Amino acid sequence: MSAEQPLVYKRDDFRSDQVIRWCPGCGDYAILAQVQRMMPAICEQTQTPKENVVFISGIGCSSRFPYYMDTYGFHTIHGRAPAVALGLKLARPELQVWIVTGDGDGLSIGGNHLVHALRRNFDAKILLFNNRIYGLTKGQYSPTSEFGKKTRSSPYGVTAQPLNAMALALASRASFVARTIDTETRHLQEMILRAANHRGSAFVEILQNCNIFNDGAFDDVKGRDVKAERLLHLRDGAPLLFGSDEDKLLVPAAVSDPNCYLAVADAASITQPALVHDEASANEAYAYGLANMEPPTHPLPIGVIRAVEQPTYEDLVEQQIEDARTRHGPGDLASLLDAGECWTVD
Amino acid sequence: MIEKARAADGAGDDHALVESVIIRFAGDSGDGIQTTGALFTQDSAVTGHDISTLPDFPAEIRAPAGTLAGVSSFQLNFSSREIHTPGDRPDVLVAMNPAALTAHRKDLIPGGMVIVNADAFTPQQFRKAGLAEDPREDGSLDGYAVHSLPVTSITLKAVAALGLGKKRGERCKNMFMLGVICWLYDRDTGVIEKLIDAKFAASDPETAEANRLALRAGHSYADTVRLVPHRYHVGRAELPPGKYRRITGNSASALGFVAASQLSGRPLLFASYPITPASDILHELARLRQFGIKAGQCEDEISAMCAAIGAAYGGALGLTATSGPGVCLKSEAIGLAVMAELPVVIVDVQRGGPSTGLPTKTEQADLLQAMFGRHGESPVAIVAPASPSDCFHMAIEAFRIAIRHMCPVFFLSDGYLANGSEPWRVPAPEELAPIPVVFATDPDGFEPYSRDPDTLARPWAIPGTPGLEHRIGGLEKKDGSGEVCYEPENHERMVALRAEKIERIARYIPELEVTGPPSADLLVLGWGSTYGAIRTAVERAQARGCSVASAHLRYLNPFPANLGDVLSRFDQILLPELNSGQLRLLLRARFLREIEGLNKIQGQPFRTWEIEQKIDAMLADAAPTPDRPREATRPDATGAASP
Repeated sequence: MSAEQPLVYKRDDFRSDQVIRWCPGCGDYAILAQVQRMMPAICEQTQTPKENVVFISGIGCSSRFPYYMDTYGFHTIHGRAPAVALGLKLARPELQVWIVTGDGDGLSIGGNHLVHALRRNFDAKILLFNNRIYGLTKGQYSPTSEFGKKTRSSPYGVTAQPLNAMALALASRASFVARTIDTETRHLQEMILRAANHRGSAFVEILQNCNIFNDGAFDDVKGRDVKAERLLHLRDGAPLLFGSDEDKLLVPAAVSDPNCYLAVADAASITQPALVHDEASANEAYAYGLANMEPPTHPLPIGVIRAVEQPTYEDLVEQQIEDARTRHGPGDLASLLDAGECWTVD
Repeated sequence: MIEKARAADGAGDDHALVESVIIRFAGDSGDGIQTTGALFTQDSAVTGHDISTLPDFPAEIRAPAGTLAGVSSFQLNFSSREIHTPGDRPDVLVAMNPAALTAHRKDLIPGGMVIVNADAFTPQQFRKAGLAEDPREDGSLDGYAVHSLPVTSITLKAVAALGLGKKRGERCKNMFMLGVICWLYDRDTGVIEKLIDAKFAASDPETAEANRLALRAGHSYADTVRLVPHRYHVGRAELPPGKYRRITGNSASALGFVAASQLSGRPLLFASYPITPASDILHELARLRQFGIKAGQCEDEISAMCAAIGAAYGGALGLTATSGPGVCLKSEAIGLAVMAELPVVIVDVQRGGPSTGLPTKTEQADLLQAMFGRHGESPVAIVAPASPSDCFHMAIEAFRIAIRHMCPVFFLSDGYLANGSEPWRVPAPEELAPIPVVFATDPDGFEPYSRDPDTLARPWAIPGTPGLEHRIGGLEKKDGSGEVCYEPENHERMVALRAEKIERIARYIPELEVTGPPSADLLVLGWGSTYGAIRTAVERAQARGCSVASAHLRYLNPFPANLGDVLSRFDQILLPELNSGQLRLLLRARFLREIEGLNKIQGQPFRTWEIEQKIDAMLADAAPTPDRPREATRPDATGAASP
């Protein structure tokens, strides 16, 4: 499709004819609906024709996602979606590549690939559905399951600490790190759009309910009655305030505090102003501070924790190709084969 | 044994003309043995000899100096006639220290020549090598021509003017030895000096100069002391006309894949993880960005395989290279490529296994892994180059098959091919057949798993094509539509289709050629890197009048269509393999033929004599007796005459 033609799509253009096979009530439905809803805007804003959109997934409930999108899709093997996506994006930089993964797929079996995908900063939108459980294999604990959690594979309780996806992404030097929630529809839409417009690896953790094996997974933070006190909405340039009356704020912490970067204070008892959120802050400790916040000592932050511009892997590779061609001329097979010490037999 | 002959082929009066020489350089892995061997090989090639090499080095980068475990060696066979192997037993052993002499002297031919660095023969070095006394004086070298030269001390004098210091100066001793060898074989040092310059002149002119001085000093020294009364002269080999270069299997593989990219007009994406002995392919391809090659080092073997699959999904040539342990890790992803029916090539430079095994040694023990090493019924195509230079051709073939048949293709090289070298007649690009690529573009009636009626290949429908949006994946596909489908009959049909698709490749690959009589008492069949040893052994047996032929399989799955017919034309079949009989297992199952194995699992290639001996034994056992006339056992033979 040429650039002059307007890229006008409807939500229905992104619905495939496949019957959706997630359990009724699964959070995946909400995510699918919002991605499909946002795709027309994404295609328009990123000037991407629909045929250039590719969804790649691994294995797990979330990884069935590509079947339900009427785009190109590749349902690969457990944990490996980022690796397949890397090959595709390198081969075809013009494609818009989405990776759909889960807490087991992306953080356990595929943890290595995720870390290196983020480190490379190749342009892919990574949606990690975190329901803190293995659903498709019927209820085993995942890397994000709470310490002590009893599941079918941990009848006496999980004996390892849960992995923090946001902190892991930051440690991997990800250029875009965000968190959202399946039921926070508008926020979810906004994060999907932000990720789509980010050039580089855009990592979005979506907290998601599994009503069969881990029902109420995030009720302690997203429940209607608690979310004002337990969620911190990050907005670039806005002060870090939360609470039903925005009466709580975040200030620099003492080293002895539970989170040594950010401490919670009561607005009424402190004159110090709240810190102002800066997605592009060069201070990595600040982003880690946000990523490491969690109840009960802190609110759970949702929104964009970090968004910085960094060269993408594929751009750097293309640049190297261009540089090599400038230096050596375009590759010529005959002279390559002839290279080195040759001799002639008459 | 070196035959002395009167000079004819350009040799001076004080020269002895010899047909072939097998020389082995041996020393510590830090002595620059591989470099020395490679330089002398290059010089031999440029001089016009046919060459074949066998590098052999420890897995450790710097194994303990002076010990037997730390010995690195490089064997070169150079000849005025066509040769196919690095030779069995060296005529000349160059040993830089007692450990090298001890490790290798048993291989030397009786009466051969030994040249050692006398300065390294000290009590301390004897201890390191586990020797009670000087191995030059324990009687083990009686009957050999031993030259004990003060290599280190003269080298230090030769480079003294540069003021390098003792340590750096000593590092040039291999160049001194190389100068001696150049003199011995009637060569000047010009070619090697040029090679040294090419390597060091720009980055380290001092090292270049030191190496040059040491090289010339060695040459002059040998000339001054008249190391031997007659220098040896090997004539030029009569190779087919053309432009030649020396090439290793890994280099030839890399070039072949670049050629495949050019011939198909598709960019090459090479994803790999470092592993011995495959890493040189990564090093070679990583340099070639100007060809648009996207070569990259991945976080692990699995990722490398998956990136190749992703590239193939996008319409590029997806390539990965590894060795056996890496194939284990890639297996699940290869299964995905089988299911998704995408064209990827997997290079397996085989090494000794299982597990970490013998990282730097050769073996052919991954055939069954390539064939069956995945869950489910998961057929792939398999090709195997026969010699270092053949890697070029088979690399192109691998992609030709992958693209035409939309399937993963294994390219089974091995450590011997990867590091061994031989002359290669450089082809002109126009000699190479293009690889046609057709992408699906028509949305009308498009089905991702529809099939070409001849090959059964599915269409290559790449993202970015309007109207062809579809989903693929590892779940079983419905025949045609490619939708997820768990129906019992469909699964069975798809399993059969995937198998049949691979089988039909046989319609497109060359038939198996027999070298020698089309029908005889014995066929020696081989695959992969055993080609040179088998061919040489069979030629020698034929020259002795034995009724024997050879044939070499470069396509292992599927087999060439005429393989069964070829096998039926011989009374006996011998199959030498560097494994316990993996191809033999496949052939016996497929053709219900008795096949004799010759199996060697020592991390070393076959010696020609090992195969010759087996040929003789098999023919002796089957020798005709009055009550068992030969013809009676071979009713379908068309005659024993040569073609």
